[in-house]
Amino acid sequence: MTGSSTSPILELRNVNKSFGPIDVLHDITLQVRAGEVLCLLGDNGAGKSTLIKIMSGVYIPTSGEILMDGQAVRFDTPRDASEKGIATVHQFGGTFPLMSIGRSFFVGVEPTKGWGPFKVFDRKKANHIAINALQSFGITRIDDGDRLVGGLSGGERQSLAIARAVHFGARVLILDEPTAALGVKQAAHVLRIVNEAKRRGLAVIFITHQVMHAMAVGDHFAVLIRGAVAADFRRGEKSREQITDLMAGGETMADLESQIEGYMATHDGHPPPTHT
Amino acid sequence: MELIRKLLRGPAAAAVLSLIAVVAFYVIVGRANLLELGAAASWLNFAANLGIIALPVGLLMIAGEIDISFGAMIPAGAITIALLSGTYGLPIEVGILGSLGLGAIVGLINGLLTTRTKVPSLLITLGTLTIMQGVVLWGAMSLAGNASIPLKSPDWAKFLFGHLIGNSHQVVIVWWVVMALAFGFFLHKTRYGNWIFALGGDRNSARNAGVPTTKMTIALFIMSAMAACFVGMCGAIQFNTTQVSGGMSYIFNVIASVVVGGVLLTGGFGSVTGIFIGTLTFAIVNKGISFTAINPNWANLIIGTTLVLAMLMNEYFRKKALAYSPKKV
Repeated sequence: MTGSSTSPILELRNVNKSFGPIDVLHDITLQVRAGEVLCLLGDNGAGKSTLIKIMSGVYIPTSGEILMDGQAVRFDTPRDASEKGIATVHQFGGTFPLMSIGRSFFVGVEPTKGWGPFKVFDRKKANHIAINALQSFGITRIDDGDRLVGGLSGGERQSLAIARAVHFGARVLILDEPTAALGVKQAAHVLRIVNEAKRRGLAVIFITHQVMHAMAVGDHFAVLIRGAVAADFRRGEKSREQITDLMAGGETMADLESQIEGYMATHDGHPPPTHT
Repeated sequence: MELIRKLLRGPAAAAVLSLIAVVAFYVIVGRANLLELGAAASWLNFAANLGIIALPVGLLMIAGEIDISFGAMIPAGAITIALLSGTYGLPIEVGILGSLGLGAIVGLINGLLTTRTKVPSLLITLGTLTIMQGVVLWGAMSLAGNASIPLKSPDWAKFLFGHLIGNSHQVVIVWWVVMALAFGFFLHKTRYGNWIFALGGDRNSARNAGVPTTKMTIALFIMSAMAACFVGMCGAIQFNTTQVSGGMSYIFNVIASVVVGGVLLTGGFGSVTGIFIGTLTFAIVNKGISFTAINPNWANLIIGTTLVLAMLMNEYFRKKALAYSPKKV
């Protein structure tokens, strides 16, 4: 691995996680630096979700260390992690679909005006800040903070969630499959926002199984197979095919394709029957 | 026009339209006299008693929880004040505090059980509903020997909680309106209101964002049980006596009022204006029929139809609100 001069913001050292007798993660060692996008790739069931939950304070590792800025830390709750500047944005972005943009942006930290028992929620200020934050990420189409979050498109909701995390001082942004449910254009939009977050000096951990999306923004890649880091490489060191093959667990895509083609050639062009 | 569009996107839209539709139906089809209907006390008294409970229950529903134990808390509030200030002759202040205090305790229990376990609050409050029914009956029979306990209240208590304005309208109507204003301010203007919406939207995200979800939920359960005790207490002061039954019909009526008012049963959406107008609508459908030429046997058919139509409209307007985006100029 070509070393970077800056020290990592977040680092995992030999992290293991077991649920009872089942080992889910083995010896995970990862680093992510400011202004860098780390792509975590892996097929379904590779342990990506468990790893996110460890980094965001939902689970506590069975063994191993989590370090922030070189100091060992312990996240007992998601609150702990977010107070230390780790923000997790889930697949569907905003989680309060029936709240307005301004209101959902400030849940828990509402700006107020007035005095004593008549302190009121400052709707204008909340809407203004939320819309500005959103527009600074390039979502200029939205200019009314009273709109309901549920009425935004998937990409816009992701952007809102990312803008919110950045506004409240996140240093590490964990994006859990942000492009999985999106169309091509929407996904491109989210990728631009990932780049913008990176430009602002955030450390981004981008979880996905779409290699193309990872390659578009990633500086550093880690492939997870059955709970272990199977490969750890930097941008440009591997081709798209090589990464896809890695994720599929060694069985190359090309092999699979030739098998299918061979079958079709001998079966009047029918593809092989699928067994669940 | 813009104002009307804005109103239609609000959670109260369907309730307002239902109210207009019901009154129009009774006046046009039922040939009710609008002035006579408007001046009548029956539906307004009914609405006020329902409404005082519907406000906190509505907020609880917006926060994603439900409380049905208030069905037993209404008689419990009445029995408590009658036992303390009637049977034992303590000052009425003690009776009032005792009654509201009992509400606070049961609300606290509901809140603690709901936040400490994963059991749905519908089941928990079904449990406390039944327990409190038992406690109320046992308390009345063993301590007073009778389910109807006489209570004499001093004039000031009678004036505040149990007199009839103009010999027809219960003073609780005033309480209802004042409480609606206070709840409206609380839900829509303060930051706590924002927490209630966030709670109903996604409890985990709200907690992670720093909302004290447990305290908030418990506080709402306390408000709901105390409001029910308050209604029971006012009834006892007004009628100088109590009943152990009664209150069960409130469970259906209150929840129907809240839902007609545009509150989403699963939480996260609703308004105090909606709850208020939903309660009025429900009360007029229910009590207004006797002012019409419509055969009273049709009552339930009309009530049920109104409910279904209101729900469908709520669904429609909620979709509209979600899809709303301002037109580009």
